[in-house]
Amino acid sequence: MTDTLQPMNKISVHGLTMNFGSFVVMKDLGFDIAEKDIFAIVGESGCGKSTLLRHLIGLIEPAKGSICYGGESFTAATESERMRFMGRFGVMYQSGALWSSMTLAENIAMPIEEMAGITSREALDLAYYKLALVGLSGFENHYPSQISGGMKKRAGIARAIALDPEIIFLDEPGAGLDPLSSQRLDELILKLRDTLGSTVVMVTHELASIFAIANNSVFLDVHTRTQGATGNPVWLRDHSENENVRLFYNRGKTGNPSDQHD
Amino acid sequence: MEPETLLIRLSMNEHATKFPRATWQGAGTEKTLRLAGEWTLGSGEIKVEGYDDGDWPKRFVTDGIGHFDSRLPGYLMSCFRAKKKHHEGSLSGLPNNLRELMELALKVPDHHEAEKQTEHSGRLAALGTKMTSVWIASVSLVEFIGETVLSLGRFFTGKARFRKSDFRTILQECGAEALPIVALITFLIGMILAFVGNAQLANFGAGIYVADLVGIATVREMGVVMTAIILSGRTGASFAAHLGSMNANEEIDALRTFGFHPFDFLVLPRVLALILMMPLLTVYANTIGILGGMLVAWTAGITPALFWTELLSAISPQSYSLGVIKSVFFGATIAIAGCMQGMRSGKSSSAVGQAATRSVVVSITAIVVLDSAFAILFTLLDI
Repeated sequence: MTDTLQPMNKISVHGLTMNFGSFVVMKDLGFDIAEKDIFAIVGESGCGKSTLLRHLIGLIEPAKGSICYGGESFTAATESERMRFMGRFGVMYQSGALWSSMTLAENIAMPIEEMAGITSREALDLAYYKLALVGLSGFENHYPSQISGGMKKRAGIARAIALDPEIIFLDEPGAGLDPLSSQRLDELILKLRDTLGSTVVMVTHELASIFAIANNSVFLDVHTRTQGATGNPVWLRDHSENENVRLFYNRGKTGNPSDQHD
Repeated sequence: MEPETLLIRLSMNEHATKFPRATWQGAGTEKTLRLAGEWTLGSGEIKVEGYDDGDWPKRFVTDGIGHFDSRLPGYLMSCFRAKKKHHEGSLSGLPNNLRELMELALKVPDHHEAEKQTEHSGRLAALGTKMTSVWIASVSLVEFIGETVLSLGRFFTGKARFRKSDFRTILQECGAEALPIVALITFLIGMILAFVGNAQLANFGAGIYVADLVGIATVREMGVVMTAIILSGRTGASFAAHLGSMNANEEIDALRTFGFHPFDFLVLPRVLALILMMPLLTVYANTIGILGGMLVAWTAGITPALFWTELLSAISPQSYSLGVIKSVFFGATIAIAGCMQGMRSGKSSSAVGQAATRSVVVSITAIVVLDSAFAILFTLLDI
C-alpha cells in the first residue's frame, strides 16, 4: 500500500537479495529514489555496489525481491516490456565500455541512429554535441584506445546521455580521476540533472563527490551483508545510528553522533 | 644460571651478523620468542630452534636483532597464522616500528568467508562435477546453436539489427585477407597429392590417373577441409578473442542496455560472413589445389591439356558440389565455435586467451567429426 502513497518515487526496491551462485552478496535491500534525486550507492570495495547497479539495469536477475520504476514492476516484466524500461536508461560502465571498434562519435551516434526518423548525418551531429557537453570536442574521430582513462569515462557519460534518458546510471564516475577532473565531473552530473531533469543513480566511494552532489544514498554494509542506512549522506555522516555508516562517511574517524557539530 | 644465559646471549650475538634466527622458549605464561640476526632478504635461511607448542608467545626478546625488512614481520605473520586460535596475545617486547607494522597487519581480521572452499571435495565428487560440466557444456552448445537459428530467422524476416560496416569488415577479414594463406596451403597439398599419386600409379603405367586422384581428392575433401582448418585458426580464434575482450570490457553489457540484441549484433554477422565466404574460398582452394597437381603432373610428362581432359571426365558436377555444400556447414561451425567461446568467456585476459584456444580446438574437432559423418552419409547415399 505504501506504493500508492508515494507516487513520486521513481525507483523503489523492496526486499532485494543478490546472489552469486549460493553466495549471498546482499540481502533485504529496500530503498526509494525520488525524481531528480542524485542517489549514491555507497559502501566498501567489494560489497556489491556494482552488482546492485547491474540488478537495477536488468543485467542480473535478483534472487528475491522486486525493483519498480514509476510504480511498475521491472522484475516481473516480460522481455519486450523490459526493453521499453531500458529505453529510458542511460548507463555508464566502470571502464567506460566504449565499443572499441568505433570512434567516439560513432559510439554515441549508434544508439541515436536506431531512433525512428533520424538520419545518420543528424545522429553524428548529435554525437558531436554530446561530446562537446562532456568537454571532448576535437576527439570525435579518436578510437577509445587512443584516449586517456578520464576521457573514456567522460565519453562513457556522453554515450549514457545520448538518448536524453530519464535515469542515468553511473558506475564509479570519479574513480581514478584527478581532483580537478573529478570536480568538473560533479558539476557535469549536477548540470545534467538540472537541464535534462534526469534522475542520477551512481556507484561511488568518493566521499567529496558524495557530499557535494548526492542528496540521497544507500550504504551497503559488507559486515552484515545488508544495507546499513539510507538517506542524505551529510545527515548520515553526522547522525546515523549505525557505527559502520558513520565510520565510513567520516573516513574511519569514530565519533558519537551527539558529539558532531554541523 | 647467570653466566650460562650470558653465554647463550653472547653466542647469539656472534650469529647476529649472519643469518636470521628464531628461538622458542618456555611454555604457557613463560612462553617467549627470541629473535636474533639480520632479518633482511638475502641474509640466508631462517633458523628456528626450540619447540613451538601452538600457543601464542607471551613475550618477545629482540635485542639480538640487526637490520630487518619485511622478512621479519612476514615471518611473525606466518607464525600467527599457524596458531589455532585467533590473535589475542600481546606484541610487547617488539621494537616500536616493528610492533606498529604488525598491528597494522593484524588490524583487519581474516576474511574467513572469502577463503576458497573447494578443498573438501573428494574424488568421487570431482568426477561427478566433471560429468555434470560435460552435460552443462552440451546443453549450452545446443542453446547457442538454437539462438543462432533464431537470430538467422530474425535476419531473414528483417528484424535483426547489426552494423553493415561491421559486416563488411568481417567479410574482408575472413574472406579476402585469407586468400594468400589458403592459396599457399592448398597449392602445396595439390602438389603433394600429385607426387604421391604419380609415384604409385606410374608403377602400373597408369600415370594419367593422377588427374583423377588429385581432382576427386581435392574437390571432395582436401580443398574444403584445409580451408576450414585454416579459417578455424585464423578467423575462429579471432572471433573468440574479439568477443571475449568485448565481454571483459563490459561492451556486450553496454549493447544490451541500449536495447541491441548482442546475438544479432555480434554473432549473426560473423556466422553470415563465414557461411558466405567458406563456399567461395572452397571453390578458390579447389582451383589452386588442382593447379598444384597439374604442375607436378606436367613435370612427370602429363601435359596440362591431357590433365584437364582427364580431370573433366573424373569430376562430376555432383561431386564438385559435395565439397561446396560441406563448406557451408563448416563455415557455420567455425563461426559458432568462435563466437560461443568468445561470448561465454570469462572476464580476465587469460580467459580471453583460453577462449581463443578452445575455439580452435573445438572447431577443428567438430570439422573432422562432421566430415566423417558426411563421408558415411554420402557412402550410404552412394554419391
